Formats: sequence, structure tokens, C-alpha cells
Amino acid sequence: MDDSLIPRRELDFLLFDLLEVERLAERPRHADHGRDTIAAMLDTAEALARDHFAPHNRKADEAEPRLENGRVVTIPEVGAALRRFSEAGFMAAVGDAEWGGLQVPYSVNLAINALFSAANISTMTYAFLTQAAANLISVFGSQAQKETWLPPLLAGDFFGTMALTEPQAGSSLADLRTRAEPQEDGSYRLFGAKIFISGGEHELARNIVHLVLARLPDAPPGVKGISLFLVPRFLPGPDGAPGEKNDIALAGLIHKMGYRGTTSTLLNFGEAEGATGWLVGEAGQGLAAMFHMMNESRVIVGNGAAALGHAGYRQSLAYARERAQGRPPGAKDPATPQVPILRHADVKRMLLAQKAYAEGALALTLYCGRLIDDEHTADDAPARAEARRLLDILTPIAKSWPSQWCLEGNNLAIQVLGGYGYTRDYPVEQTWRDNRLNPIHEGTHGIQAQDLLGRKVRQEDGAAFALLCDRIEATIAASRDTPPLASHAGALENILVRVRATTAGLLAAMAGGRAETALGHASVYLEALGHVVVAWLWLKQARVAQAGLDAAPAAAEHAFLTGKLAACHHFFAWELPRVGPWLDGLAVLDGTWASLPEDCF
Amino acid sequence: MKVLVAVKRVVDYNVKIRVKSDNTGVETANVKMSMNPFDEIAVEEAVRLKEAGTASEVVAVSLGVKQCQETLRTALAMGADRAILVETEAELQPLAVAKLLKEVVAKESPDMVLLGKQAIDDDANQTGQMLAALMGWAQGTFASKITLADGKAEVVREVDGGLETVSVNLPLVATTDLRLNEPRYASLPNIMKAKKKPLDTLTPDELGVDVAPRLTTLKVEEPPVRQAGIKVPDVATLIDKLKTEAKVI
Repeated sequence: MDDSLIPRRELDFLLFDLLEVERLAERPRHADHGRDTIAAMLDTAEALARDHFAPHNRKADEAEPRLENGRVVTIPEVGAALRRFSEAGFMAAVGDAEWGGLQVPYSVNLAINALFSAANISTMTYAFLTQAAANLISVFGSQAQKETWLPPLLAGDFFGTMALTEPQAGSSLADLRTRAEPQEDGSYRLFGAKIFISGGEHELARNIVHLVLARLPDAPPGVKGISLFLVPRFLPGPDGAPGEKNDIALAGLIHKMGYRGTTSTLLNFGEAEGATGWLVGEAGQGLAAMFHMMNESRVIVGNGAAALGHAGYRQSLAYARERAQGRPPGAKDPATPQVPILRHADVKRMLLAQKAYAEGALALTLYCGRLIDDEHTADDAPARAEARRLLDILTPIAKSWPSQWCLEGNNLAIQVLGGYGYTRDYPVEQTWRDNRLNPIHEGTHGIQAQDLLGRKVRQEDGAAFALLCDRIEATIAASRDTPPLASHAGALENILVRVRATTAGLLAAMAGGRAETALGHASVYLEALGHVVVAWLWLKQARVAQAGLDAAPAAAEHAFLTGKLAACHHFFAWELPRVGPWLDGLAVLDGTWASLPEDCF
Repeated sequence: MKVLVAVKRVVDYNVKIRVKSDNTGVETANVKMSMNPFDEIAVEEAVRLKEAGTASEVVAVSLGVKQCQETLRTALAMGADRAILVETEAELQPLAVAKLLKEVVAKESPDMVLLGKQAIDDDANQTGQMLAALMGWAQGTFASKITLADGKAEVVREVDGGLETVSVNLPLVATTDLRLNEPRYASLPNIMKAKKKPLDTLTPDELGVDVAPRLTTLKVEEPPVRQAGIKVPDVATLIDKLKTEAKVI
């Protein structure tokens, strides 16, 4: 049995008990996806993850993709696993039936992706990029583009990428320079260099569909001049099959700390006559379209970070059950057998912290998945708009919170293993290295913080923030009379009052000429609001767990639900109290960070 | 030809089995259940026969509680055409299963019954043999290869000394061993299609079979924990211990 897989009971708890995803089958789009069907899909996902993803996780890390005679060589297990993934239908999971998709709810697909990501996130990344590219084309592509590109992407015959970053334009996308020149036949020729393009070159699929941001010749500077182009590695021949190679050169592979199984590339578009591409959506709307994909991608990044949090937790838990060291306090007789380290309270502390991070993070990302479902298929327009708003404000948190705290969880996983955890003979160091990417890509932690405080909290006169607070208050009100949870509800209520005041203070500071100082504190705000949101979701989980315990379940279920309540309790005892000092600092808005002259460093 | 495949719902092979505290059996409450792996191989073989055009219909049968429907849906998602559940809350021992299958066979008239050589929960390895005896049919057990031609089947059997090839007449009961094939994963589209395939339910009463257990389970216990070994300083001590303690030489 592989120790890194997310237990099925955990996924069932989040999907069915907390989020009631089986109710989505009441909506026409998901009518085929009742609980039995979802359960069977999870069965297949679990079997594939165990049999074909987990086994090469280490090997793919040790033998990262390399260049041989100008071609990228990947260990064969990666392609084999992805072929099985595609044949089983997972690449097409959320796609529209019209193009060969299966219309699986987004929330369920996130749980499936988490299973695969915990087993092997670098192989899973090719699949996630392909699903994301297909989603983008299905929303913004023309009818002809959909006909050409969606069926092979959903079948896993072609893979996808997102090509945004350039050497001089990383977080600052407004400064990107790749240019697209219109041709008489309606196509474009692209010229420019892109960097950090994951899945940018490989032999794992018959074609690679790059979604590239570039500027038209007459485009205004800044973000309004950015358009989106579809640029395939091989141009389709008359029969639609991949034909002539496009003018895209692999300028090099990037050697990363983690996610080593995923190629990361430097690509030069148009070293010769220009790379042929087609405009996707409207000219000048490229960033808006890309952000549609990016927003879902950000939830997926958080979801992957949560999955790695689970992996580290399970890996260190398995070790703690087996490794015998020391004796309980008071047992001084050296002739007595040593106990597994799981018996020691300090080790339990580190494991419970990991559990609280990992399960809290996955609850957050799957909750966002449920909002994506509601945004698309809720019964009426107001309900869809409400889901959209909540998703807007939660997206930067769903991306950043798991990336930050599940990485801290992986840090604790190493600590549980002690010296062995620091060796390459155990998996926890790789899990940590893999997860170290997540606070960086798809918008860094700092970018998410700016997005939250500078945009999401302010937009529509604070409507999304108010809605989020309302939702949290509803859970508080419902928990106030449940004896074991009433004190948690009270603690959350107190901190929420302070969060509201702090938020108002920050908005006033920004409006009152202290925007630089206030936005300089955005990361602290992100962390504070993130902890409050996850505390809220833990309270929701605890309510479900308490109801389950009230029904006097059998031993294994009793232990599972008791663990849930303990993790909630841990979060309220040790994590939520961190928020107070953060809010103190946000009230002071000390000017040192913003004002210190650069030559003082 | 028509193929009947029997599938059993068992505790998933990845679950660490726990014995109930009262020693009456193993804990199955809230434990992940799935199809017996040897039966998956049987379903795969039947579906391959259908894909090769040899079989015209594959019918999956399970016996036991209502939740066995999930196991049957898995068989349908792997490619079986329809399913039959013989539903009962009663404990079913191999003889009762064989008798029930005999009645289902009488209704369905298949040319071959495929089932796992044993189930991973009780490891009885009896049902297939009992069914063949009750039916008076040929049997090919522990099959690692099955070839059908001219109304006969050639079955390669995994026996202690190696492989034994037997030629048997149809109709046939075949039980599957691990190397017969590698079962496919139920794909998402096929899981969705399986929901729409027919699943009929029968009861032991309707089949006129008395399923009362003939065996009594006295006690179920964990295997004994293996004792730690010791290091001996030299070969002489080892020989001495083998003679005086282990008494093997």
C-alpha cells in the first residue's frame, strides 16, 4: 500500500458529507453523476494513482527530463501513466459532452486530481495543463477552434501549455514583448521568447497546444494590449493530423528544485519565419481570457499543495507508527521495549498540525470547486453571481494558504523522521521540494496578496468580502448552541469582528494616501484572512463530524470522526490565535517596509 | 456463446484487516469493499472473449447483501452486458454459493462459468469445484490460459510443479489464476454507461436453495506476532542451538 495516497474516507467526507456533491446530479449537466458513479470514478482514480502514478514518483525526480539530439527524453513511465489516465477518461472529465467530455462536476474532478497529485504531482501536471487549456478553448475559442482542438485535448492525444512568462516579464505581465503579426489568411506569426513553460516540449503527446500571450503590432502598451494565441507545436495538415513542425525552438530545459518530472522549458517562438498561431477570443482580451484559466489554475495549484500536504502527512504518519524510539514519560526501565514515536506527544503535535493544514487546505480547495460548479450550474442567476463573488475573493486564499501552510506541514513531516527525513532514502524531502514551487507559480504569494487586498476585497464596494463574512457568521450562529463547538464559534466570532475592522482600516489607509504602506502589508492580510477562512471551514467540518459521532458509529468511523474534531480543536487552539498579532500589526501599519531607503539594505 | 461470471464483494486488498474485538470475524463496518481481485481477472477474460467475438453475452452474478450491486456495476463498467444479484443478508458459505450459482446457471444456460480461483477474504478455493461437481460439468481450475476451439477448451493450469495443460469439453467451469490476464480499469465513460445496463435481483427463496451455513466459525484471531530473532556469536553456537533448542538437526 502506498503511504502517500489520500485516504478514501477523507475524500468521501469532504465530497459527500461536507459538500454534498451528489446533489449536483439534480442539475441537468451532471445528471449522470450520482453518488454511485462518483464513487466508481474515485475507485478507478485510486487504482490508477496507486498502480501507475505513485510507483515512478521517485524515479521521475531522480531522472529528470534531459535533452538528447535536440529532443526531450522523459522516463517511459510518465507517458505510460498519462496514456492510462487519458484512456480511462480522466483528461475529458470536466469537458462538455459535445466535444467528448464527461461533464464531471468540477469539485469531484479536483478531488480526483488531488488523489493523483498526492501520488505523483509532476506527472499529474501535464494532465492539469491539458485540462486547463481545453477549458480555456471551450470558453473563448471559436467554433472551428473547438472542433479542431478540443477532441484531441480531451482524449489526451494532444497536451496543452500556458505560455505567459518572458525573461523580462514574470509577475509583471504588462511588460511582455512577444509580438504577433497578422497574415493574409487570418493567422498570425509570433516572435518572442518565453520562459518557465511547463510541459513546453516533450514526446509524450502527438502535439502540444501552446496558449501564448502576445501583442499585436498596433496594440497599446500595458495589459490592454495583450492578446491570446493558440500556437501548436505541429501545424495541422489537411486532414487535421499533426503535420509540419511550427517555428518554435526549444532553447533549453530548466533544472528545478522539485516537480522535476515536469519539463520546464525556454521556448523561442519565431526564430525564422515566425510561429504560426491563431487568435483566441478578442484582440486585447488576452489577459482576461488567460485569467479565466488562471483563476481555475490557482485553485488547482492550491489543491496540489493540499495533496502534497496529505502526502507528507501520510508518509510521516506511517513512519511514526513503525519507528520505535524511547519510552513513555515515567517508564525508566531500559529493559522495557521502546514505543513507536507516534506515542510521544511532541510527535503527535507535529502530525496533528500537518493533518489540520492538509485537511483544512483540501476542504478549502474543494469548497472552491463546489463554488465553480455553482457558478456554472446553480439554479438561478443570483445564486450563480453569489458563487462567482465568493470564488473571486477565495481564489487568492485557495492558491496561497495551502501553498504556505502545507509546505510548513511538509517541513514538520521531515522533522518527524528526524535524520532519516533529511536523507534521500525517504520520500518526505522530495515532497517538501515539490511543494516549494506552489507559493511561487501561477502568481506568487505576494501577487495573490495584492490581488486580495488591492482588488478582491475592494471590488463592488466590498460585496465579496461582505458575503464571505455573512457565510462565516452563518456557520458561527449555527454552532453557537452545539456544546463542544460553541467556544470555537465564539473565538471565530471575536476574530471576525476584528477582521472587519482591520479591513475597513486598510481600505481607509489606501484611500487616504497610504496605499503603498497598506499594500506592503498585503501578505500579512492574506495570511490573516486565510487563517480565518480555514478556521471557518474547520468549524464546518467539525459540525459534520460531531453529527456523525452523535449517531454512535463503529470503531473505525468513531476514530476517524474523533480525529476530525481533534484537528479542528488543534486549529482553534494553536492556529487561530496567530491571527490576533497579525491584525495588531495591520492596525499599526508600521511604515518601515515601505519607507526604508534601498541603500540601507 | 454465453459466459457467466461470478464476482464477490470483499474487503479491498489495500485495507489492513482488523479482527473484531469479540473474535467473531473481521471488521467490515466502514471498510472499503471492492471486487475480489481473482474475479476481476474472470470478468476481464469474459470481456476479452466478447471483444474477440467468441462470446455473445457476458452476464455477471454476485451473491450477498444489497451493496453487492456496486461490485456488479464494476463488472458492468468493465464490459459485462447485464448483471444478476442474488440478494440475501445471510452468511453465504462456498457450498451455498455453488448451489445458488447452479440455479442461476439453470436459468441462464451459459456455455461457460468463469470465477476467481478463490476469494481473498476466506481463501476457501472451493466454489468453482463445487459448482462443477453439482452441475456435472468439466472444470479447469487455476487457469493461466484459456483457449476455446471446436466446442472444447484448452486450459493451462498453474499447479505446484509448473503448468499443466488440459483439454476439456464445454460447458465448463473455469477458475482464474493471477497470470491469466491483467484486468482493465473501469473507464469513466464505461462507469457512466454501466448505470444504464440491466441489473436483476433474485433471492435464495426464489431459487429454492437452502443457504443455511454448514460450518461454524469458532474463533477469528490475528496471526501470531513474529518473535524477534537473535544474533549468535559463531557457527558453533548456531549448530548447538539448532540441535538443542530448535531440534531440527
